[in-house]
Amino acid sequence: MTGDAVIHAVNLTRHYRIKTRPLAAPAIVKALNEASFDLYPGQTLAVVGESGCGKSTLARVLTMIEPPTSGQLTINGQRVELKEGEPPPKDLRREVQIIFQNPYGSLNPRKTVTAMLEEPLKLNRPELSAEQRRQAALDMIERVGLRPEHADRYPHMFSGGQRQRIAIARALMLNPKILVLDEPVSALDLSIQAQILNLLADLQDEFGLAYVFISHDLSVVRRIADDVIVMYFGQPVETGPASEVFTQPRHPYTQALFSATPVADPTRRKERVRLKGEPPSPLSPPPGCPFAPRCFKATEECIQGDPPLESVNPQVKVACIHVEKAAV
Amino acid sequence: MALLEIEGLDVRFRTTNGLFPAVEDANLSVDKGEVLAIVGESGSGKSVSMLATMGLLPWTAEVSADKMAFDGQDLRQLTSRQRRKIVGGEMSMIFQEPMSSLNPCFTVGTQIDEMLRQHLGGSRKERKERALDLLAQVGIPDPKKRIGAYPHQLSGGMSQRVMIAMAISCNPRLLIADEPTTALDVTIQAQILDLLLELQQDTGMALILITHDMGVVAETAQQVIVQYAGRQVERQEVKALFAHPRHPYTEALLSALPERAGDQARLPTIPGVVPGQLNRPSGCLFNPRCRYATEHCRQVEPKALADDPARTLCHYPL
Repeated sequence: MTGDAVIHAVNLTRHYRIKTRPLAAPAIVKALNEASFDLYPGQTLAVVGESGCGKSTLARVLTMIEPPTSGQLTINGQRVELKEGEPPPKDLRREVQIIFQNPYGSLNPRKTVTAMLEEPLKLNRPELSAEQRRQAALDMIERVGLRPEHADRYPHMFSGGQRQRIAIARALMLNPKILVLDEPVSALDLSIQAQILNLLADLQDEFGLAYVFISHDLSVVRRIADDVIVMYFGQPVETGPASEVFTQPRHPYTQALFSATPVADPTRRKERVRLKGEPPSPLSPPPGCPFAPRCFKATEECIQGDPPLESVNPQVKVACIHVEKAAV
Repeated sequence: MALLEIEGLDVRFRTTNGLFPAVEDANLSVDKGEVLAIVGESGSGKSVSMLATMGLLPWTAEVSADKMAFDGQDLRQLTSRQRRKIVGGEMSMIFQEPMSSLNPCFTVGTQIDEMLRQHLGGSRKERKERALDLLAQVGIPDPKKRIGAYPHQLSGGMSQRVMIAMAISCNPRLLIADEPTTALDVTIQAQILDLLLELQQDTGMALILITHDMGVVAETAQQVIVQYAGRQVERQEVKALFAHPRHPYTEALLSALPERAGDQARLPTIPGVVPGQLNRPSGCLFNPRCRYATEHCRQVEPKALADDPARTLCHYPL
């Protein structure tokens, strides 16, 4: 760990009020429940889980697109105090940038590459001249592995991998400390995926970036993550260093998730831990542990109460009553 | 005689820039009880070759083949009426996006019933019973209630189960699954793959699985065809393919998998991108990205050797 944490998150929670029927009281959807972690420069935190588990809500809270309902978020040593509907302070906003899954939807089709790259500079660095801005954009284009002749082209002229490079370049224009990567390679072909992962690794080494890497692809996560948070139904169910979580998954959901992931090795076809059913609806959460209805270890006790995230050893925390906890 | 035999299949699309060869010289044969995977990146023509087999391509496509036979019947000679008897009945297909393949205006029951009415007939009551059986067979809880559900009321996994129920409703002898799990979460993907393999084993049908996911291939297929830019570059039995890929593209693709990279600091990559319509290289289509490419590769298009069981499309097979 080098230096201080760039993100210090304590019990981040985000609830949404949803109208289900006219005149009925709005239902509360707990999209994100009590996520806590520290992220250091040059480190990668992976957030793993299936659709609806709160990964993207966490991304929206971290990028200050939405304020947390409760909990504390400290970015770069500065406590974030956001009000609903208010823009975050500019200096903090600059530190955190986001890259989205679909590079076909996240780039403005009517702007050239340089225009897109220069825009953040225009807004945040008014002291730069037009020439300096263009030079900065051209440098970044080269840095992410595009060629200078690409500078004045429009997004439709690029392939998916190249577009993702443009999105990465745009995110880096203001020298952020933190990149939130929301499924950055899942829309890409395998051969392109490896190129983008390598680029991200190079940039991390060069600029000391901290990554929050949101993904459902465990083989990618295993490769790049330092720490992992496994989420289910809005809650972290297992957190710890990637080396620990991958070699010895403890929570039944983590075990099932790992076992469901196909391994590209035909000699290792295995019996899967089979999960029954599908994740519950957020409008009618099950009693007790949200995973209990699908869990192969579930007992009567599981529906009594929601298990808290407890330490199994100094590094790993698990939210399951069937996992042996460290002696207090 | 194999159940489905295709030789020398070419598919070209008429575009404003001239003919675009989406599939060239595709060959495959699949027998009952077999699981064949066709693997490749986007634009490799894996879906197009199967859509051509089903006769589902738009009018802009020109399809030609030396041989295209299903159970001895020549698919090229069929009238559209005869083709309709086979397609959906004996030869059936599941598509990638379950949410958009179902008609949002009709209930699940109506859509399954349409298949049964077209191909099997029977009284309304018999058909309804069959539909309920099918929903139960694909693992949909509470079929009596779900038969009246509209697609928007179902999750992605449930929609895909309904698609599978429709596809197997007439006891097909060949099921083509085009990226059946790509839009689904991993735990649901595992359920759907298990279901497909179970059905395949129970009924003895042939299964062609189109996918880009090497993990899915490794866990389900017996035979594998690898496609690149519309050409089949090699075909092998699954274990042999993963242990000894013959084509440099397959080798590069496998080594780009994060789980195979081991402790290397960076993943091995394939430079460049798949060629499109306007930048097709001369010679071997893979030569600009191939680390073994020579001058010969850049000029002469490789041909598969007759005595090579893998039919590797390479001058220098590994």
